[in-house]
Amino acid sequence: MLDKILFAFFAVLAVGSAIMMITRRNIVHGAVYLITTLLATAGIFLSLQAEFLFVVQIILYVGGIMVLFVFVIMLVNLDVAVRLVQFNRQGLLAGVLALVLAVQIFFALWIGRSGLPHPAARMMPLKNTEAVGDALFQHYMLPFEIASVLLLVAMIGAVVMAKRRV
Amino acid sequence: MNMPAVPAEWYLLLSLALFSIGVVGVLVRRNVIIMLMSIELILNAVNINLMAFSRLWGDVNGQVFAIFIITDAAAEAAVGLGIILAFFRNRETLLSDEMDLLKW
Repeated sequence: MLDKILFAFFAVLAVGSAIMMITRRNIVHGAVYLITTLLATAGIFLSLQAEFLFVVQIILYVGGIMVLFVFVIMLVNLDVAVRLVQFNRQGLLAGVLALVLAVQIFFALWIGRSGLPHPAARMMPLKNTEAVGDALFQHYMLPFEIASVLLLVAMIGAVVMAKRRV
Repeated sequence: MNMPAVPAEWYLLLSLALFSIGVVGVLVRRNVIIMLMSIELILNAVNINLMAFSRLWGDVNGQVFAIFIITDAAAEAAVGLGIILAFFRNRETLLSDEMDLLKW
């Protein structure tokens, strides 16, 4: 019961602030609402016994990526941008099409819901961080190295893009 | 023990809701920074899915995939914001429908 209440709390928080995020006029408010969504998602990770990802979510997303976003917003924020029209011309059509996509995915879930595994059937490994580390460094060593190269490329790319004169 | 009493569908529905909101945000807003933030939201929704199935199968492989997705999100945010900065320096705009250099 407590699980369900916690889930409902975090889910409502996440969805509510996600809706607020895409409707705000001021980008900084949108960024703060996105931070709330990410924190609520971190709570859901914790309820799924993914302790390591819970910490990674907070440190990396909220502490890293969102600070980067807020930095860039501070660099480029225009006061006039708040007073402009916020939605583009195909907005209504695009919204309707996105809704249709959502209904389709919901339908697929609805049809296949009997095949979903039962929540209480399996146990997670007790030491989550250790298990994740084992999987990462034994079975996923090559993807891990490729990800490090990707991060290096992204870092160089970001520096080159943001430089005034190349 | 700490068995999750929450049904599997709830996680998938939450993920679906966040994904759809992210798609609407990308398609509807004019501001490119909001569009980038919506993409982060979409990636986050995918992570919820991976995490839920990782829990349901009692297996950490889903969590490892979520780590790779977070890595990608970080790389994408860094490069995307760099592009936005470079574009803003040249054209003084953040609106996606004014970024029409390649438009015929």
